[in-house]
Amino acid sequence: MKRIVLPRLGVDTAWRDAARACLAAGMSPRDVTFGQGAAGGLFDEVSAPPVVDDSRLSVPKSFVSLARAVVWHTDADRFDRLYSCLYRLQRERGLMQDRADPLVQSLRAMEKAVYRCQHKMKAFVRFREIGDPEAERRSFAAWFEPTHHTMEPTATFFVKRFADMDWRIVTPDVTAIFEGGVLRFAVDLPKPDLREDAHEDLWTTYFCNIFNPARLKVNAMTSEMPKKYWKNLPEAAAIPRLIAEAPARARAMAEAAPTLPPVRAAKVQSAATRGAHWDGPQSGFAAALASCQRCPLHAQATQVVAGCGPDKAALMIVGEQPGDIEDLHGRPFIGPAGQVLGQAMQHVGLERDRVYLTNAVKHFKHVVRGKRRIHQTPASDEVEHCRLWLDTELLRVQPKLVVALGATAAMALTGRKGPISGRRGKVEAGRDGVPVLITYHPAYILRLPDTAAQSTARDVLMRDLAEAKALVAE
Amino acid sequence: MAQKSINEKLAILSDAAKYDASCASSGSTKRDSSDGRGLGSNTGSGICHSYAPDGRCISLLKILMTNFCIYDCVYCVNRVSSNVERARFSVDEVVKLTIDFYRRNYIEGLFLSSGIIRSPDKTMEDMVRIARKLREEENFRGYIHLKTIPDAAPELIAEAGRLADRLSINVELPTDQAVKEYAPEKSPDQIRKAMADVKLRQIASKDRSHTGKRPPKFAPAGQSTQVIIGADGANDATILGQSTRLYGSYGLKRVYYSAFSPIPDASSRLPLVSPPLQREHRLYQADWLLRFYDFQLHEITDTALGGNLDLDIDPKLAWALAHREGFPVDVNSASREMLLRVPGFGVKTVNRIIATRRHRTLRYEDIARLGASLKKARVFITAKGWTPGGLTDSADLRGLFAPPPEQLSLF
Repeated sequence: MKRIVLPRLGVDTAWRDAARACLAAGMSPRDVTFGQGAAGGLFDEVSAPPVVDDSRLSVPKSFVSLARAVVWHTDADRFDRLYSCLYRLQRERGLMQDRADPLVQSLRAMEKAVYRCQHKMKAFVRFREIGDPEAERRSFAAWFEPTHHTMEPTATFFVKRFADMDWRIVTPDVTAIFEGGVLRFAVDLPKPDLREDAHEDLWTTYFCNIFNPARLKVNAMTSEMPKKYWKNLPEAAAIPRLIAEAPARARAMAEAAPTLPPVRAAKVQSAATRGAHWDGPQSGFAAALASCQRCPLHAQATQVVAGCGPDKAALMIVGEQPGDIEDLHGRPFIGPAGQVLGQAMQHVGLERDRVYLTNAVKHFKHVVRGKRRIHQTPASDEVEHCRLWLDTELLRVQPKLVVALGATAAMALTGRKGPISGRRGKVEAGRDGVPVLITYHPAYILRLPDTAAQSTARDVLMRDLAEAKALVAE
Repeated sequence: MAQKSINEKLAILSDAAKYDASCASSGSTKRDSSDGRGLGSNTGSGICHSYAPDGRCISLLKILMTNFCIYDCVYCVNRVSSNVERARFSVDEVVKLTIDFYRRNYIEGLFLSSGIIRSPDKTMEDMVRIARKLREEENFRGYIHLKTIPDAAPELIAEAGRLADRLSINVELPTDQAVKEYAPEKSPDQIRKAMADVKLRQIASKDRSHTGKRPPKFAPAGQSTQVIIGADGANDATILGQSTRLYGSYGLKRVYYSAFSPIPDASSRLPLVSPPLQREHRLYQADWLLRFYDFQLHEITDTALGGNLDLDIDPKLAWALAHREGFPVDVNSASREMLLRVPGFGVKTVNRIIATRRHRTLRYEDIARLGASLKKARVFITAKGWTPGGLTDSADLRGLFAPPPEQLSLF
């Protein structure tokens, strides 16, 4: 059997090139073995990879990324297993998708172990400052013991993160050195003797105080931060003491008698309420409306959406309730339905800032489906509770005519239920005598399934608005 | 009073911050400092640099700017009526500490919160100054999470969103009533309005102008919130209802559940019992089912007795036990939706099953290799060479999963 010796550094590209050559030469996994260093089987014949044209080989992308990780695993068989997989892939094109194949599965497990090791390296390397903290370019060094050979593939992470300082990470096999913006690797450097860094005490202080002794979960900690890493983590020295003292500390907190508030508490609080600008003057219609809790809708909605328009207006338009967009912004008729209304108003020459726009219900009623809020028609008692505000608006604005958009508004204004189809386009008497012209709600128009029906309904809405304009002009 | 050392301040102000559960550093824009002019990077996925013995990950330097506070929230260790020791970091101290920790690879970035001092605006202003100094003077490209103060001025929130990766505002308690009772100075309306404001700014930051120019990013890792579990009487259905609403209304990335835990110098108004950690765990599981497994809220709460999740078994298993008519499902033919409902199957397992069954008929042994937990799943599935027989319908199926009943002690 031929044995191909791979170098200590850059084994990822070295193996890839060797494997491509062997494959192009038609060598089966039984004919060849790969390894680092000279130690091989008794009958192995050390050899260079064959020189052949491998440009016609094609390998699935998923294998390339798998191999790029697995080469860093510590298992001595990793190269041979990868080659077996590569060899089989030439005949079994779908092999990579077969997660249940034992060979693929074992390679995936190795890939996962390497990724995890890389991840832990990114997390648990702890630098100590070895240069002058005031220097233009600060210098740091770390000693780390990874489970797999992950220094080389992980170095770019540190380069991208700590580009403005010099650093080196020494591991038992490979050392990464980054100086003056240039990365290089060395092998078999001795463990450096690093002076203790004063920040390790601060870090340990942080570690001890962020821990909550009332929720001790040691297994959750050790499964993510296995003990093998502890010896190079400065904060880990505090762990045994924290665990030992936790039950007593939790008990002490529970048993401590409540204390009296400090003397300054009352002073601070009274000063706070006096100068509080977040509490605002709680007077007037707007403030009263904003804090309305007459029905449970307030707890689901973001905010009250009050009416808007001039204090006195000849025409008032009343919709059903704010929608999703209106609820987030706190202004009425700015969502899709509001735009339909706006276009219709513009078309018949009704100026938006001369009309008072409001809703029968001032909070958004909805149900949540996944990530969306779906409008729900308000119940009659919710409309009834909210009528207080609508009536106040009517009193203040004193319109000559009110347009009711849809059944909910019509009900709130006239007190009469009933489908819109029979009432649309007619003027009914409002509860307090103001005439009410009933028309479609623009949201109804948007819900119509076909565009022809939509455009007919838009025309009807515009006709009704033109009618309203004519009525107030009289 | 003698000036406190950095070490003393750090002890006080990290102790004060530990009741905030969030420590995520994931999901932001990818960036690094390979141009050599800055410090730090963000790979998109978070890194947990350490773990405390409470099992929580330590990814960020999570501190309060100050634990002086003019509010009196009953559940909070920093309320004005508490006798805990107080401290305050200066802007420069926080900046230096963050950079020094970051350079030693202790952290991914900073999670800064604060007690309310003087006024919400003043407090928010100082927090924004810290973030600005980190970004603009230190060229810091790591992660910044700012706790926003709901009543602060909109310009401050706008700047906070431009500097930070994530903003959060805690809803604190599951109902408006409870907030009023336990956090009298906070207003649930104001909190919701602040979350709506963040969402609107995020939407606006994605709109290109007519010239095609993109506006600056706003809190690219999204917003999150936290709710305290077990301080008031709300049941799990109420809590999950609130979460569903928050996810749906404001596009939150996460709702964190924090079991109310004994605090030093507690208020006499709240009972100090050991924190309901198991309940917290079940709530997170239910939260995941809602977000990633297409479960509807009522499906989870229908099986919950008194509106509370079963503490002995997980919510998916509880659902499956209550809906056995749909099981066992055949892993070789079942739909994705149905596979996601099998206890012991995660999203990854389901994806692998679907990819692999195109190539071969799956056997029982294959399923384990795909990452499933067969201890749970085996009762609910059939595969080549496996059928659970009468097991799926056996009367004491729950007993197979729930811990054995415990004999209560008389004494």
